[in-house]
Amino acid sequence: MTDNRPVVTMTGISKSFLGVRALHDVNFRLFPGEVHALMGENGAGKSTLIKVLTGVYDTDEGAITLDGQPVSFTGPMQATAAGVSTVFQEVNLCTNLSVAENIFIGREPRRLGAVRWGEVRRRARTLLARLDLDLDVSAPLGSYSLAIQQMVAIARAIDIQARVLILDEPTSSLDAVEVAQLFRIMRQLRDEGIAILFVTHFLDQVYEIADRITVLRNGGLVGEYATAELPQLSLVEKMIGKELDVLEGIEERSRRNLAVLEEGTPLVAVSDFGRAGSVEPFSLTIHAGEVVGLAGLLGSGRTEVARLLFGADRTDGGQVAVDGTPSSLRTPAQAIGHGVGFCSENRRAEGIVADLSVRENMILAMQAARGWLRPIPRRRQDELVDKYIKALNIRPSDPEVPVRNLSGGNQQKVLLARWLITEPRLLILDEPTRGIDIGAKTEIQKLVTQLSDGGMAVLFISAELEEVLRLSHKVAVMRDRQMVAQLANDDGLDADRVMQTIASGSHREEADR
Amino acid sequence: MTTGSLTAGRARFRLPRRQIPVLATLVLLLVMYGIGVSQYQAFSNVQVIFNVFIDNGFLLVVAVGMTFVILTGGIDLSVGSVVAMTAMVSASLLQQGLPAALVLVIALLIGPTLGLLMGCAIHFFEIQPFIVTLAGMFFARGMCTFISGSSIPITDGFWTRMSQERIGDPRGNFVSISVLVAFVVVAVAAYTLAYTRLGRNVYAIGGNPQSALLMGLPLGRTRIAVYTISGLCSAIGGILLSFYTLSGAPLIAVGMELDVIAAVVIGGTVLTGGSGYVFGTVLGVLVLGVIQTLITFDGSLNSWWTKIVIGGLLFAFILLQRLIGIRYK
Repeated sequence: MTDNRPVVTMTGISKSFLGVRALHDVNFRLFPGEVHALMGENGAGKSTLIKVLTGVYDTDEGAITLDGQPVSFTGPMQATAAGVSTVFQEVNLCTNLSVAENIFIGREPRRLGAVRWGEVRRRARTLLARLDLDLDVSAPLGSYSLAIQQMVAIARAIDIQARVLILDEPTSSLDAVEVAQLFRIMRQLRDEGIAILFVTHFLDQVYEIADRITVLRNGGLVGEYATAELPQLSLVEKMIGKELDVLEGIEERSRRNLAVLEEGTPLVAVSDFGRAGSVEPFSLTIHAGEVVGLAGLLGSGRTEVARLLFGADRTDGGQVAVDGTPSSLRTPAQAIGHGVGFCSENRRAEGIVADLSVRENMILAMQAARGWLRPIPRRRQDELVDKYIKALNIRPSDPEVPVRNLSGGNQQKVLLARWLITEPRLLILDEPTRGIDIGAKTEIQKLVTQLSDGGMAVLFISAELEEVLRLSHKVAVMRDRQMVAQLANDDGLDADRVMQTIASGSHREEADR
Repeated sequence: MTTGSLTAGRARFRLPRRQIPVLATLVLLLVMYGIGVSQYQAFSNVQVIFNVFIDNGFLLVVAVGMTFVILTGGIDLSVGSVVAMTAMVSASLLQQGLPAALVLVIALLIGPTLGLLMGCAIHFFEIQPFIVTLAGMFFARGMCTFISGSSIPITDGFWTRMSQERIGDPRGNFVSISVLVAFVVVAVAAYTLAYTRLGRNVYAIGGNPQSALLMGLPLGRTRIAVYTISGLCSAIGGILLSFYTLSGAPLIAVGMELDVIAAVVIGGTVLTGGSGYVFGTVLGVLVLGVIQTLITFDGSLNSWWTKIVIGGLLFAFILLQRLIGIRYK
């Protein structure tokens, strides 16, 4: 890091969407010749901050300067022209065009309106040589790996005389060798004085490449740190945050002993479940009445585990036993047949049908389980729906209101009710409390405890450690798409130890089994 | 790590994958021609090939316009009706005694104008090209019958000269003016696609519109341009058809849009956009023409066999594209 003045400063940035605060009074500095990691959990405001910087969004409050001059970009094009280039996680190039053309399209050297292809290729070769890449520039981009495509995207970005390069999760689909290639290029560009803003969820990568770290949480700035002075554990703490226990009202998780719970045949036992590129093989047992928490940072493979157990993704191998009988979970229909329910993380896209009424949304899963040829009698529907609206305290309590008019928390409860109506034996809850208010959060947590007391098994996935610890009998820890540990949630387990496991990936052997 | 250049990322495929469909069409064409030559002695006459061009010149021009549209991932169903409307308007105006030059200008303006309007509807209102151009198709066909319920003959001197002019070699082989016009259109289109920003933007948008937008390419302008180009090509095609038939008929070229799409796809242009060549389209039109010629030479086969063969070929080529597309990922 040089002692220059920052190339980018963002001061007091606030941004709200329809009353939801995405960023609140965030300050950010980026110096020339540094790799700066922007860290935070999902919803922390990282992408909003980047979009504000590149002009995709305008700010509600706050100021941005580039080289000391106040700027306000109206869009990514203008930002790019001013030297702020972004390379997104999804490579935004055209795979059907050649490598050279992808670098220069829109800015091709021309003579009398005709593109000078020879010149395009020559310049592309020169530019790629600068990045130490030896590619066939006339080959279609699609014939190269994603990693190479990403580097071509970087080549395009720096050819526009970029001084600030924003890499938004560039490594999420790269393997280790490819990441090393990318880092080599990043170091080289940094040494040339380019400021690099790097977003990733992989802690190891941050410590390998970043000079400084800015941490965001819940739309607010936690702090700006030199990487060398911030141990991994503190970083994880700062990202996840030790939430003040505002949820005191909630009863403790039922303290039934794990050993007692885990007597007898497990409800579901999987071994060597895994899927290449998604999650490493893992084994897990879940007993009736047990709440298994799944902890880990975003992108660590939490949701992937849930999808495998629900049959939404197919496992590459391994065995599964339900009630001790060898079985299979290869499709959601099979999973539902075994009594597995899955409340997905993405309730807008995958769960709720916004235009249907509360009642219609609730009976969807039950109807699907019965088959479409056997409609549920209206009276039975009303009974069930009334029961769950009361039980879950859904407001407004009118079952005929379209779900889109409900708040996030109430939508989540409708989604929960949908699965509860089918009386599942194992309920998978993926981030059931994300983005909902404290009250609804408490209610959902209470409900989980009640359900497990009633004998239902629950796989509870959450980014909030406190919540996982409060509810679970056993915590499985995910790190970098691996299940690194399974910890019994006895008195010895606290957030610090889980964070340690997340940060270090050490396999603790106190685990059950 | 500092010295070793990246070698692991070498291009995985050395075969010119994008050219495979075009090569397949070329092989198909040669095979069909070979069959013709081996079966019928007269088939080897150069004039047979020239006649294919003469009979399909207007189709070729329209198919070139369609190639632009399909390269962006769009579709233009209005072309057949626009061809018919252009011919009708020309015949009608000539019948009313307007000078040929003026009629040409007017006829050549109608198609692009309609194309421009459809392009704007597609871009600004984000409506599916399929439905917008379907509306355009009905509108243009309706205008044909509005102009006249029955066929209008053309007796204009310029038109008859264009129709009858033969440009030939000393051995008596000849082509019509239409063929020359078609060749010029093909050459201009091929140049535009390969060497101009407009052309390259067409490919980029067909490859990935979202990326094209993020790379700062003029998405809207290019989209509108391709429908305008398709309209212009349809208008030129309509004029050529009226040279060919010396009339305007309200029900001519019904279903032609489907032949055109078939020719473009058989010519190796991928329906989802981003990959294809004007040269392939020329081959695609020739394949259709040679099938017709083969069936004519046979004499015993019903002309519906043309449709059956085209149907089979189209299916085979879409499968081929899909297979290449899957392996492309």
